[in-house]
Amino acid sequence: MRLPRLPARFPYGAPTWPTSVPRARAERRTGVNYDTGWARRYPVRLARAVVLDGVTRPLMHAIASPTIEGLDRLEAMRGPAIFAPNHASHIDTPLLLTALPERIRHRTAIAAAADTFFANQWKSAISAFGIGAIPIERIRVSPQSPRLGAELIKDGWNLVIFPEGGRSPDGWGRAHRAGAAYLAQRTGAPIVPVHMHGTRRIQKKGGKGIRPSSTRVSFGRPLRPDEGEDTRAFAARVEHAIAVLADEEANGYWQARRHASAGTTPGLTGPAAPAWRRTWALAEGKRRTEGPRRWPRTSRS
Amino acid sequence: MQVARRSTRPGFVLNVDRSTPPTLFWHGEQYRLERLPTGSRVVYPPEALPALEDPDGAIRHALLNPLGDSQPLPSLLHGGMKLTICFDDISLPLPPMQRPDIRQRVIEAVLDMAAEAGVDDVVLIAALALHRRMTEQELRHALGDRVYDAFAPHGLLTQLDAEDPETMLHLGTTDAGEDVEISKRAATSDLIVYVNINLVAMDGGHKSVATGLASYRSLRHHHNVRTMQQSRSFMDQHKSELHSSNWRMGRHIAACGIKVFQIETTLNTNTFPEQFAFLQRREWEWTARDRATYLGVSKSLDRTPPRLARSIFQSIRSPHQMQSVQAGEVEAVHEVTTQNVYRQQLVEVQGQTDILTMGLPYICPYNVNSIMNPILVACLGLGYFFNLYRGKPLVREGGVLIMRHPTPWAFHPVHHPSYIDFFEQVLAETTDPLEIESKFEEGFATDPWYIHLYRTSYAYHGVHPFYMWYWCAHALQHLGGVILVGGDAKAVRRMGFKPASTMRDALEMAEDVVGRDPSITHMHTPPLLIADVK
Repeated sequence: MRLPRLPARFPYGAPTWPTSVPRARAERRTGVNYDTGWARRYPVRLARAVVLDGVTRPLMHAIASPTIEGLDRLEAMRGPAIFAPNHASHIDTPLLLTALPERIRHRTAIAAAADTFFANQWKSAISAFGIGAIPIERIRVSPQSPRLGAELIKDGWNLVIFPEGGRSPDGWGRAHRAGAAYLAQRTGAPIVPVHMHGTRRIQKKGGKGIRPSSTRVSFGRPLRPDEGEDTRAFAARVEHAIAVLADEEANGYWQARRHASAGTTPGLTGPAAPAWRRTWALAEGKRRTEGPRRWPRTSRS
Repeated sequence: MQVARRSTRPGFVLNVDRSTPPTLFWHGEQYRLERLPTGSRVVYPPEALPALEDPDGAIRHALLNPLGDSQPLPSLLHGGMKLTICFDDISLPLPPMQRPDIRQRVIEAVLDMAAEAGVDDVVLIAALALHRRMTEQELRHALGDRVYDAFAPHGLLTQLDAEDPETMLHLGTTDAGEDVEISKRAATSDLIVYVNINLVAMDGGHKSVATGLASYRSLRHHHNVRTMQQSRSFMDQHKSELHSSNWRMGRHIAACGIKVFQIETTLNTNTFPEQFAFLQRREWEWTARDRATYLGVSKSLDRTPPRLARSIFQSIRSPHQMQSVQAGEVEAVHEVTTQNVYRQQLVEVQGQTDILTMGLPYICPYNVNSIMNPILVACLGLGYFFNLYRGKPLVREGGVLIMRHPTPWAFHPVHHPSYIDFFEQVLAETTDPLEIESKFEEGFATDPWYIHLYRTSYAYHGVHPFYMWYWCAHALQHLGGVILVGGDAKAVRRMGFKPASTMRDALEMAEDVVGRDPSITHMHTPPLLIADVK
């Protein structure tokens, strides 16, 4: 039996607010205003490292069986960098974190959508602790997000910024935004293009549940803005680098190089066509998954 | 003149509706939450203004840049001169402030300049008028150990003895025939430096010297029923006969060639320490911590013996901070000081009310480290709080004042001996201020035993309870009734007021006087406010 809950009367309970007194809007402490500083203190980082290495990493290996390529391209990299991957699934973030070399993994913050990952105190705390997320305003222009990002890079933190600004709705990539390129120009940190393939099969946007599948994470060569290069041009160069990585995954390194030289690298965003043609062009489902073989269920009756 | 500026929320008038939480009332050493009827008004004071960031720097700046036609203090100081520094006594500020007290800061700055100028003859005088003498501990608190240890052992730190003919000097009379008699040491000095703490608009100005350093012979000209009834109110200098009389005396003192360098300081209304933060918050903004503190404190106090509760409250030291300091010629300084006090305390209120309610705290200017006896309760409510207005009284003529205070029949035998006799003998016979004044005042004022206690013990002067009662004269003349909620019924009746057990009873009793469906206004304290009634 559920007993009715009587509201405690003031002063035992919270006071009511007089109708005639305008209520000042309380300063929002979630969203882009959420202070994630606590999540970068040493004890919290230690706890996160334990969770990341002890739980998340084995879990990712179990459900995503990642093949990691291009780590050798990061060998020469010193100092903080901005990682710019494509984005198709919620799996992308933990998968990327576990795929990163250890020296980078535990000093990496994820730029996460303030409106989703920092919508309330609980989500904010979990995001900040679990993946070291920092809130990024993606709906409005906010000076807070780039300022925080720049401060973190200055403090030696690596950043993961998804240039598409959100997960792909249909498997094709979305137009890149220039945030990562702007931050790289502002801080001087290089951008590492990253392509992740197969994560959409595990969990796509709007999909329910998780289907284990194999994945591939490819790291490109770190890119720095050229002298006098426009932010948009640099962002386009990053997008192209990710497209080349995708081409590598689909057609192999040499073909991808040839396509890149000829300027025929397939784009990430797909054809500008109706939805069914985009889906058709994606050829989703044509290729067999490389995961463990599954047999159809049979009825014993 | 140095003034701290930053925006804080001004005071305002709340119209009570169904969703308004109960309102906090002081109840002596306790608190009560009362649900006021819908449609009542609650006058909330402004929030505390920011403090001066560098009080010592501000004091020095004020001394070097005086207001009016005064010269900077260092120019007024020279070797071989006679300098007297006077300061406000224990009655200010309320509650006593955390160390260092403002008086210590200011006096140390003045002494630094006096030492630089080579002034040898320096005497400090606590401007008691007819108040009780301060104890060594109280003097040390007000002046600091450095000042106390440098002056007290040599007899250079004195307290005014207004009953010692040897130490008082009659300076003649004003144009209105008022005797002016002040401290001889001060009157014969080359310079008087008066150090004020202006807690309310009434303090300071010519009242500092003309009252603080004066004798009964002088004080009786403005501390009387007629003056009080014609001061509307004494928080508004320009409509206060009390001030007019003091100003006449002050100008007479100046005309006698006595130089006064006035230093006035105003405080913000950050009155209670963090443990009592809920006292200064609006009830609907109370946090969980405020509510827990309120419940913890009020439930504990309800079970605490009154004597212990009194000791706890009297040990509170206020985090008051200096909000402005100005120095120089008396009237020019006081003009600015008053504006600064108004800036902190003034709240605009539209129209008067039929019933005014207020909760009275545990402290008034005359019971610091002492007992709040019934006469002081009346004086605090009818004298001070009722007069915290500018323009018109908050309550209409013929209206009712409802106060909340336990009003125990208790007196401090050392501090208030004449109060006991006043309560037992005088009020038992009549409560009419005019009759009391004509019939009893002189007897108490000249009683050798009370004079002896005033001079040698720590007793208020024999005439002091009369002044407290006169303080109520304007309110008694104006009001149609006074009701005390939660007070000792016998003590309340002795003063001619009506006792009530609950606020609801009191409001019903008040309706008998002001009629049905009265307008009700509550004055929300702490901190202090002055209602600017339009």
